[in-house]
Amino acid sequence: MRKATICIFSFIFLSLGILVAQDGHSDNNHSHGTEASHEHHDGDGHDHKEDHSHDAHDGKHDHGAESHNHDDHDHGHDHHGDAHGDNHGDHGHHHHCECGSAHHEYNAGEVAFHHIMDANQFHLFGDYYVPLPCMLKSDDGFKFMLSSSFGNSGHGNGAYAVDRYVMVHGTVMRITDPNFPMGKVEVGCYGHEEKEKDGKVLPHYTVEYKGKCLELHEKSTLDGGVLGGGITSFYDFSITKNVFSMLLAFVIMFFMFTRAAKGYVTRKGMAPKGIQSLLEVVITFIRDEVAVPFLGHKADKFLPYLLSVFFFILGLNLLGQIPFFPGSGNVTGSLSVTAVLAIFTFILTTINGNKHYWEHIVWMPGVPAWVKIILTPVEIMGMFIKPLTLMLRLFANITAGHIVLIIFVSLIFIFGGAPTATEAGTTGGSILGTVMAVPLTMFMMAIELLVAFIQAFVFCILSAAYFSAAVEEAHH
Amino acid sequence: MILAKFYPFIPEPGLMIWTILIFSLFWLLMSRFAFKPIAKALREREDDIQNALDEATKARQEMANLKSEHQKLLDEAKEERSNILLEAKEAAEAYRKEQKAKADEEFRIKVDSALEEIENRKMEAMVTIKNDAGTMALDIAEKILRKELKGNAEQEAFVKGLVDDIKLN
Repeated sequence: MRKATICIFSFIFLSLGILVAQDGHSDNNHSHGTEASHEHHDGDGHDHKEDHSHDAHDGKHDHGAESHNHDDHDHGHDHHGDAHGDNHGDHGHHHHCECGSAHHEYNAGEVAFHHIMDANQFHLFGDYYVPLPCMLKSDDGFKFMLSSSFGNSGHGNGAYAVDRYVMVHGTVMRITDPNFPMGKVEVGCYGHEEKEKDGKVLPHYTVEYKGKCLELHEKSTLDGGVLGGGITSFYDFSITKNVFSMLLAFVIMFFMFTRAAKGYVTRKGMAPKGIQSLLEVVITFIRDEVAVPFLGHKADKFLPYLLSVFFFILGLNLLGQIPFFPGSGNVTGSLSVTAVLAIFTFILTTINGNKHYWEHIVWMPGVPAWVKIILTPVEIMGMFIKPLTLMLRLFANITAGHIVLIIFVSLIFIFGGAPTATEAGTTGGSILGTVMAVPLTMFMMAIELLVAFIQAFVFCILSAAYFSAAVEEAHH
Repeated sequence: MILAKFYPFIPEPGLMIWTILIFSLFWLLMSRFAFKPIAKALREREDDIQNALDEATKARQEMANLKSEHQKLLDEAKEERSNILLEAKEAAEAYRKEQKAKADEEFRIKVDSALEEIENRKMEAMVTIKNDAGTMALDIAEKILRKELKGNAEQEAFVKGLVDDIKLN
């Protein structure tokens, strides 16, 4: 029975692997088929470089002399070709986009990083996406729409700009040019450039419109520019893939748990049955192994929070394990999510802290005064470091798991994939890659399943430990 | 350049606000409709089970007590029975003895009274005989006396002696 199950799973994995690998091939073939246009691009590229240096010489723009294109997904040959041909040299102050990428070598790292990103649409397969609602706030006010309004020009890119917003790799961005027409406008290909300003390299995405290369703003982030983000011209409050995953997990779990809770009423005095007995074991475990040992008679007060945090994280971890819609979201591997959860624990710890707790932080009793002077700053730092570690631990574990899984699946493409954009991969190579990737991926998925439970449990038990420190009574 | 910007690590206000909203709602609704009722039901059930176990132990204890009481009662009853039997035997024996004594006594009384009666009758007969003998003797004596008494003192003493002899008998 067990052997049969392994055989079936292996077969499914192998078939999927080969299917996916061939999808990759078709990409490469596609590149192959449009080689002519590629050559055309290469020619453009040369022209462009000349233009570019000219621009730089004019001093009208501050763009660096080197303009890299890192966009390995987007081809956008047609747009590029047309637009370029029509509008060459129309506006001197706009240089031209380099969007048709010169190198198409499969980069597993980039794929992995792209897959763990949040997105404004949910990828199903191929060029099919589940549209998600977009709620965007800029100086022009709020904008509500479905992500499908951007159209689809392949690889998660939109075909249109809507009120200056565009969709690049599944993420909404905004055209910085205030003169760009509002409403629905067809745009060209998307690229990625770096410009140097005040000695800093500032990467940004670009979109081509009528031969002009327009700079794009990404959504505002709260890192203050430290991590490459910062406040830009718009905020994105959309129901993204991660928000959608959270809502879905919420609905599923709410349905499961209320059903189980109803069982205690309708089947009162009877043995638990079905979902009731499944959840009851976990609830009892959290109560008896986490809440009660740490919090004693105060366990009842914190139990609902501990259970909420445990099941919220566990549900999202498990949902993220499903490699296709509606799973695959890297929710608990987003710092924004883990930060919020850690902040909840921090607030609960702080507002529940009793005299004993604050005394131990501010002026530790029973140690010499000079030690207290050292200890107090350490303890105050500790107050914040504790939730910080909670946040980072969960984030790092889940993100690392997702990256490793994608890298293992990527073996199929690395072994069978094309070394350059113009060369097709080999079937033999992809089969070899699949043979390697399948056991590794299966192993990693099993590990990740374990990690999903462990990390939820660790977050829960550490929260309980912090609450315990806050509510502990003096026992001298 | 995509590598340089590690998107999941960058805190986004939109995602954070949604997380705050969804998690707060999750916490609130799950506590209200799931965790609290389930925890309460679990505690109630545990109490029920504990109570049932305690009651079973108590019942078993009571059963054991009852059993020993029964045994005691039974033993007592058995002793009582043997006591009663013994007493009854004794009583019967005593009664028998008593009855026997009574019968003996009555018999003795009857015999005694019979003897007395015999004695009385004998005495009566003796008196009657004496009287008759006296009368007869007197008659005889009269007859004799009529013949010899005339003046004979010796004879008179003799007669007197005769009469005394009769009395003694």
